[in-house]
Amino acid sequence: MTYLDFEKPIEELNEQLDKLRKIGEGGKVDMTSAVSEIEEKIQEAKRNIYNSLTGWQRVQLSRHPERPYTLFYISKICSRFIELHGDRNIADDHAMVGGIGEIDGMSVMFIGQQKGENTKQRQYRNFGMANPEGYRKALRLMKLAEKFEIPIVTLIDTPGAYPGLEAEERGQGEAIAKNLMEMTTLRVPVVCIIIGEGASGGALGIGIGDKVLMLENTWYSVISPESCSSILWHSWEYKETAADELKLTAENMHKFKLIDGIIPEPVGGAHTNADEMASVLKKEIVKHLTSLAKFTPEERIEKRIEKFSSMGVFND
Amino acid sequence: MAWFKRDKQGITTSTEEKLEVPDGVWWQCSSCKKTIPTGDLIENKYVCPQCNYHARINSNEYFNIIYDEGSVKKLFEDLEPKDFLGFVDLKPYKDRLAETKKKVNVSEALTVGSGKVNGHKLVTCCMNFNFIGGSMGSVVGERISRAIDYCIQKKYPLLVISKSGGARMMESAFSLMQMAKTSAKLTQLAKAKLPYISLMTDPTTGGVTASYAMLGDINIAEPNALIGFAGPRVIKETIKKDLPKGFQRSEFLLEHGFLDFIVDRKDLKQRLTDVIELLMHKNEK
Ligand SMILES: [Zn+2]
Repeated sequence: MTYLDFEKPIEELNEQLDKLRKIGEGGKVDMTSAVSEIEEKIQEAKRNIYNSLTGWQRVQLSRHPERPYTLFYISKICSRFIELHGDRNIADDHAMVGGIGEIDGMSVMFIGQQKGENTKQRQYRNFGMANPEGYRKALRLMKLAEKFEIPIVTLIDTPGAYPGLEAEERGQGEAIAKNLMEMTTLRVPVVCIIIGEGASGGALGIGIGDKVLMLENTWYSVISPESCSSILWHSWEYKETAADELKLTAENMHKFKLIDGIIPEPVGGAHTNADEMASVLKKEIVKHLTSLAKFTPEERIEKRIEKFSSMGVFND
Repeated sequence: MAWFKRDKQGITTSTEEKLEVPDGVWWQCSSCKKTIPTGDLIENKYVCPQCNYHARINSNEYFNIIYDEGSVKKLFEDLEPKDFLGFVDLKPYKDRLAETKKKVNVSEALTVGSGKVNGHKLVTCCMNFNFIGGSMGSVVGERISRAIDYCIQKKYPLLVISKSGGARMMESAFSLMQMAKTSAKLTQLAKAKLPYISLMTDPTTGGVTASYAMLGDINIAEPNALIGFAGPRVIKETIKKDLPKGFQRSEFLLEHGFLDFIVDRKDLKQRLTDVIELLMHKNEK
């Protein structure tokens, strides 16, 4: 169990609890009441901490080293899954995964960024930062889904599109731009869910859908708080302030009508009960795909255009 | 998605970026250092006669270059930016907007004009780099959106002249969603079978590159313009290597297949005319 800096009070209480339990196991002293007292304190500490998370703390939770990633959710949600590879042009991007899964007898195309769970895996997955071929692979799979009338679910978790030399040579900007336009007019239902980090164009590149949802402890913005701090405050020290100013939490994004809903996480974050999180996610996916299926493709496309076209604040 | 430039003193935000075209009598080329009378520069469409350096200009200058004299009118000028988030960094966004408005002669980072190019109707959305680094705020997206509606209604082709550091961080996710918004609106223009020409000028980076700038039926650029998704500094820090000469310049993009052609500013009006006539030949008859 990895504790984040603001979770220290919980960590300390848990350590006390462990000690008491060990003493209790010795059998010489009855620790039952002391144990339940600490347990109560832990619950209270959790309520205090998790009910008033700051933007930066949500960012930390979204990057928690034990947080579940795309392929974990797919494996839990689908009774069958065939992973598909490659953009048919340059390569197979390991930071962007996808394939056809089955949920309750229904085929669903899953696409999402994938982060690695250990040092080697993180490198293999390029830290969830896709190259242009990742976005083109995603588009290929979306077009495949459209052809066979399979609804699409994207799971978004990226610190950004990869800012590399080859990425620029192969048109990172063009690849993302094309996805934005193509996703707007996909004839099948599209549900996009931010499951971790939703950083800028790299996230948006698979983020145009009929329903865009965020897990409770995720963030979605135009720039990471660190980069924003470095640019606007000329220092890396203002990431907490930047996170507040950017209003990048699910709650804010929903309030601004820039997303369509928030999916609650287990207390303490998705990683504290990944199986429960996966089961909640599955229910949400089924619910939204079922309701979207009631519309014609034309109706969905019109609503999609209408929704994204109305985003923006200005004086008229 | 940075719209700033770093120098030895730290970071100079582009709000302080000066238009490279001075009010004075003389102009010095920032590329070859030759000094020429400002009148000659304007005569030469703000291009250095010695080295072909294309000085950074804004919508008013572009409209003079491409539109037939007296034919252009500006649209949607009444749309104004709003500090919806109450964003404060080293200074409040509200103050930044007020200061910028005082300093520059454009109303936002993008101006829409409608007029005639050698007799052909054309709507142009032209970005202004002197307005907070040509950053993509809500007004930029909304003006493009309305320009597209206008094109569809009037059956006019669309030209977007991009010149941008990318996102407007002070509008946070609203800025990000302008990428989605403009791309969504472009599907409607495409459905109406109206040409969309994207002209990229120095610099075109970040969210603008990753949305409407790269989505033209015809993608073109001025010579030697910086065009990319990630900024060169970010890439250099990521790969920890020096970048090759000419990297992310127009000629590099042409070589890698992302541009249809590069156009000198002196030829811009005629090339636009050719493209419009050739693509819209059916409408002409
Ligand atoms: Zn020169």
